[in-house]
Amino acid sequence: MCLFQSVMNYLPKEVLEHVFDFLTSHHDRNAVSLVCESWYGVERFSREKVFIGNCYAVNPERLIDRFPRLRSLTLKGKPHFADFNLVPDGWGGHVYPWIEAMAKSGINLEELRLKRMVVSDESLELLAKSFPNFKSLVLVSCEGFTTDGLAAIASNCRLLRELDLQENEVDDRKGQWLSCFPESCTSLVSLNFACLKGEVNVAALERLVARCPNLRSLRLNHTVPVEVLQKILVRAPQLSDLGTGTFTHDPDSETYVKLKNAMKNCRSIRSLSGFLDVNGRCLPAIYPICTSLTSLNLSYAPGIFSNELIKLICHCKKIERLWILDTIGDKGLGVVANTCKELQELRVFPSDLYGVGNTAVTEEGLVAISAGCPKLNSILYFCQQMTNAALITVAKNCPNFIRFRLCTLNPIVPDAATNQPLDEGFGAIVQSCKRLTRLSVSGLLTDQLFLYIGMYAEQLEMLSIAFAGDSDKGMLYVLNGCKKLKKLEIRDSPFGNMALLSDMGKYETMRSLWMSSCEVTLGACKTLAEKMPRLNVEIINENEAGEDKASCDDRHRVEKMYLYRTLAGPRTDAPDFVWTL
Amino acid sequence: MSTEIGSILSEMESSACLKTELTLGLPGGGAAPSKPGSKRGFGDMADLKLGVGCDRGDEVSVSTPPPSKEQVVGWPPVRSYRKNMMKSCKYVKVAVDGAPYLRKVDLEMYSSYEQLLAALEEMFTCLAICDVMNERKIMDSANGIEYVPTYEDRDGDWMLVGDVPWNMFVETCKRVRLMKSSEAAIGLSPKTSSNGLSMN
Repeated sequence: MCLFQSVMNYLPKEVLEHVFDFLTSHHDRNAVSLVCESWYGVERFSREKVFIGNCYAVNPERLIDRFPRLRSLTLKGKPHFADFNLVPDGWGGHVYPWIEAMAKSGINLEELRLKRMVVSDESLELLAKSFPNFKSLVLVSCEGFTTDGLAAIASNCRLLRELDLQENEVDDRKGQWLSCFPESCTSLVSLNFACLKGEVNVAALERLVARCPNLRSLRLNHTVPVEVLQKILVRAPQLSDLGTGTFTHDPDSETYVKLKNAMKNCRSIRSLSGFLDVNGRCLPAIYPICTSLTSLNLSYAPGIFSNELIKLICHCKKIERLWILDTIGDKGLGVVANTCKELQELRVFPSDLYGVGNTAVTEEGLVAISAGCPKLNSILYFCQQMTNAALITVAKNCPNFIRFRLCTLNPIVPDAATNQPLDEGFGAIVQSCKRLTRLSVSGLLTDQLFLYIGMYAEQLEMLSIAFAGDSDKGMLYVLNGCKKLKKLEIRDSPFGNMALLSDMGKYETMRSLWMSSCEVTLGACKTLAEKMPRLNVEIINENEAGEDKASCDDRHRVEKMYLYRTLAGPRTDAPDFVWTL
Repeated sequence: MSTEIGSILSEMESSACLKTELTLGLPGGGAAPSKPGSKRGFGDMADLKLGVGCDRGDEVSVSTPPPSKEQVVGWPPVRSYRKNMMKSCKYVKVAVDGAPYLRKVDLEMYSSYEQLLAALEEMFTCLAICDVMNERKIMDSANGIEYVPTYEDRDGDWMLVGDVPWNMFVETCKRVRLMKSSEAAIGLSPKTSSNGLSMN
């Protein structure tokens, strides 16, 4: 043991704490807490921000016990595939027990960020009344609450800085939640209610904006008309992030002229979204702010057509993050490639979700982007077709991908040029992109691709597989090869018991595994559950009400299985259709 | 290359214990599974008409395969929130014979033929819905050209606008074409071409 190590052991706690203050990432803090007992102790009393990727991995009591100075909590609930209707209603992910436990223990909660959780109005009311210093509520893809819950937050959180509602299913109670912000509330920095369906009191909104000088981010819902938007912009030219409501009006009107002028005055806007109802001829009003935009989300604006999009994009030379619909077309993506040299993240969403026959983008657009945008590191691309040649080119052009998600509209479409599987293309991506942490694959894919993934994807943390592979070997390649794998989600693929049971210890190194419509049987899941007490192996069984575990044959295929490591044991709030083995 | 996969899928959905024997038939040959059931696929790989997943409650209760558009639950993988936001998105192209470019309208924004025609009138400013001999017609007042509104339906047939109830029209319309009356008159009975629109 060297001198340095002895010295570190005798550093007073205050010094250690001061050093740890500089550690902001969860990974660093977790690592530090494992060094020795004294570091563990200092770290736990100084940690203020905690991230829990699976709310069932640990109990609220244990959290509070370990981190009594907790101020900011991030929780994630349902598995990712719940986004695509694969998890039935009532599965779980309730936040109430967490809020209740923290309230009881006198935690000084200031910030709560939830994703895919069930949030009731009761929880919001309890939250609002229990934490006098509460400042920030961020809800992403949550459900279970109404505007009454929002009213409780608005009324009671005196120091509220941030209310950010992203893509939640909220019941609109026709109340006046926005009017519940008291006149004394002047601390708002961020307000996002774009996902709300109902009208808000626009007079109250204008007054609120007027009295919050620190407001930087404002995202309106589709009921807020352009006249009000214009007035708000006049009051809040300091905004840096704007989500418009509707953007439909007569371009020859006085309102439009006023809007244009108000926009010109908003020199700080760097992020723009909304355009839920839009008249393309009104878009020139935003050209002045396009030149300094770094983030643009037009993915909810099917009303902007390809040529208008292209004209708009020509102004956006500094864009780093772009979310659009595939109505942009390959040609439009070519324009993006020529214009947006700072682009880091691109998401191209499908516009034709109901099969009316609009053409989507193809491999051409993707290749163009990869060639034109040297800083590209994150992509989500829904496309009509793909080829190995294109993917190989993309891999060569962009070795810096951190996230690569490709979704072919036909989940098993082969290479459009050669009719071969897309193994080589995706293989090139994993081989070239050494920093890849997230990958979603689609198209016709065999075990060969998974061999490549196991061999090359050393940093991979999350992998999504659908309708792919030939045999258990595929899944085994991944489980054996990807040492940093945290989340694996598989649907409709021929992976079975052999793959599931070959390395049971692996699952304790991962956050979770989802397998649906695969070949695993009930018996194998039972075996796994028995051998690994620190995993919860849950079966979601939706058919035949009244069927119980005893009557189900072990040889039956399991339709949906979700397993995750946990310190909390089997969960107590599981509904009837979820069996914890 | 147009096999629907629906019946196979609905079978899969309705029984948790079904051992599917699906084979992957690649056009022009390609890997065939060595034993049945070892490869999961979709029968002949084809023009899959993949729509959005059905409502949550319906996931496993399909007993008879739906007739036309088959759906894979949860594909393409798009959040319900996004799907719901895009729902009222029935944009169709509108072409006017002789106009240099096409336009697009969202049929969901209107609730009657009247409203649609009024919108078209606004869009193509040369047009006007005129009353000619007590019948409503679409005319280019500058040069006196008359237009007949037609649309292409799901089956690819060109139909006269106005025959079916509005809602059915919105469902089935894929694109709209304002055809020159002179062109439309060829092949149509005199009665049809001289009547204006019946807009109920």
